[in-house]
Amino acid sequence: MGKTFAEKILALKSGKESVVIGEIVTVSPDIVMSHDNTSAIAKKFKQIGIDKVKHPEKIVIPLDHCIPAATEKYAANHKEIREFVQEQKIEYFYDINTGVCHQVLPEKGHIIPGTLILGADSHTTTYGAFGTFSTGIGRSEVASIWATDEIWLRVPETIKINIEGEIPPGIYPKDIILHIIGDLGADGALYRAVEFCGKVIRKMDISGRMTLCNMAVEMGAKIGYIEPDDKTIQWLSLMTNKKYEIIKSDADAEFEKIINYDISDLEPQIACPHTVDNVKPVSRVAGTKINQALIGTCTNGRIEDLKIASEILKGKRISNKVRLLIFPASMEVYTEAMELGILRELVRSGAVIMNPGCGPCLGAHEGALAPGEVCLSTANRNFKGRMGCNEAEVYLASPATVAVSSLYGEITDVRGDLK
Amino acid sequence: MSIKGKVWKYSDDVNTDVIFPGKYTYTITDPKEMALHALEDLDLKFAKEVKKEDIIVAGRNFGCGSSREQAATCLKYAGVGAIVAKSFSRIFFRNAINQGLPLVQCKEAVENISLGEAITIDFEKGELFCKKGVFKFPPLPESVLGILEDGGLIPHIKKILKMEKGE
Repeated sequence: MGKTFAEKILALKSGKESVVIGEIVTVSPDIVMSHDNTSAIAKKFKQIGIDKVKHPEKIVIPLDHCIPAATEKYAANHKEIREFVQEQKIEYFYDINTGVCHQVLPEKGHIIPGTLILGADSHTTTYGAFGTFSTGIGRSEVASIWATDEIWLRVPETIKINIEGEIPPGIYPKDIILHIIGDLGADGALYRAVEFCGKVIRKMDISGRMTLCNMAVEMGAKIGYIEPDDKTIQWLSLMTNKKYEIIKSDADAEFEKIINYDISDLEPQIACPHTVDNVKPVSRVAGTKINQALIGTCTNGRIEDLKIASEILKGKRISNKVRLLIFPASMEVYTEAMELGILRELVRSGAVIMNPGCGPCLGAHEGALAPGEVCLSTANRNFKGRMGCNEAEVYLASPATVAVSSLYGEITDVRGDLK
Repeated sequence: MSIKGKVWKYSDDVNTDVIFPGKYTYTITDPKEMALHALEDLDLKFAKEVKKEDIIVAGRNFGCGSSREQAATCLKYAGVGAIVAKSFSRIFFRNAINQGLPLVQCKEAVENISLGEAITIDFEKGELFCKKGVFKFPPLPESVLGILEDGGLIPHIKKILKMEKGE
């Protein structure tokens, strides 16, 4: 019997010949990521009673959650992080002029296939788009890895999600993953490794694959994984010349479940308040008035996403009832969008271009909502209070749906505007 | 290790945003202050009325969402003695253990416990006593129990490193 990707990589990283599902293994990660939470982690690290992190070269720290600092308290937090980085001689620190962690790590060449990446952020699953084993952990665990270079992980069962069919016009990776989460539920892949495969995945660009793996955690998954192919190799060749080994599931590997989707007839999908799995086709929520529209975040702030939005908004003006905020996922994305004239079109349509960062996604910074307001966002969560106000509502959709809806001031089926 | 406490009961998918809102993640750093906001966006009464060793009983996927450890920290410092749920989100599971907050996964017990009743949990035996009877649950693995007994991951690691150094 063959082995799954998860079984193979956890055997490799724990120095064992092979591992079995359910086994608890002690592994040494290749990269440990933390962001604005680094100062809190540094305090925990100091409590352990040692002075120096064991492997500074494995630590990557981008600031992204509240940048530039909104208040004195945030500023003090950032200052502590900069001091810690200096003190510990951590080379891979990215200050407020870089972008969202999950965009920055691949762009800066830290992510290569066959590696184990742990991050103090639940959306660390994003890097599975490059054939890595990547998952979120807590602050104490990061502090503990800094000290010991070790952590325990349970070997997960694997669910294979096979996506077939032809992507219809107006349908994007975000619609596909929302549909899957709506179908399987918020715990539909709890503790599981999820492998996305099928014809649709092979056709999908890297940006879309990142969107899928990013949101795997919204159905409880430990990791999302996509087997690297020529597209992955080509993309990575622009970011890094590190050598890597692709690890993939054997043809005869045993999966807990294989779930098949044909998306040929899929409608644009909307996650409605207040859970990510409360997903409805756009036809059932079209007409819902919106006050704010947001395009960006680690889920959908890439150049491909901004391009789609600008094509829809070009030469048009958004509703005067809507505030449209654009958060490019990184300065690289920002620069490219500038060079391609995308930002110009977006600004002319009435959008506000914000600096790369997490923005209002988690309610900590910028673009807050007032009680009774509704936001349509490309982010990954819509829980009550998520964007800072527990009397506001958040709907989630693709960048195309958000762009077209900002024109009409209400949730709109993008397929009517794609001529 | 056993505890007895009054039950607060909630449904499925209690997420980290309602347990500890994101807007506080970088502004509130004192665990005692975190406790004042515990479950704020789900049940305003909770933080005001929760007593030491009270027990949260909930449905599936408790703690889903963010990796923010404060979701476990705020409950721990609010006095919560344990959480019993049908299932836990994986990062929350780790965070709770790492904060020294014991968890019990037992679907049957959840279905038989009512809001406000007093229940007793024996962690070593893996038994939960409530009005409707006794429910068995698999005890936590020894390595995990070790972290709980030391009061969380940081004190646990500290102890291990000291032992390795022979102190």
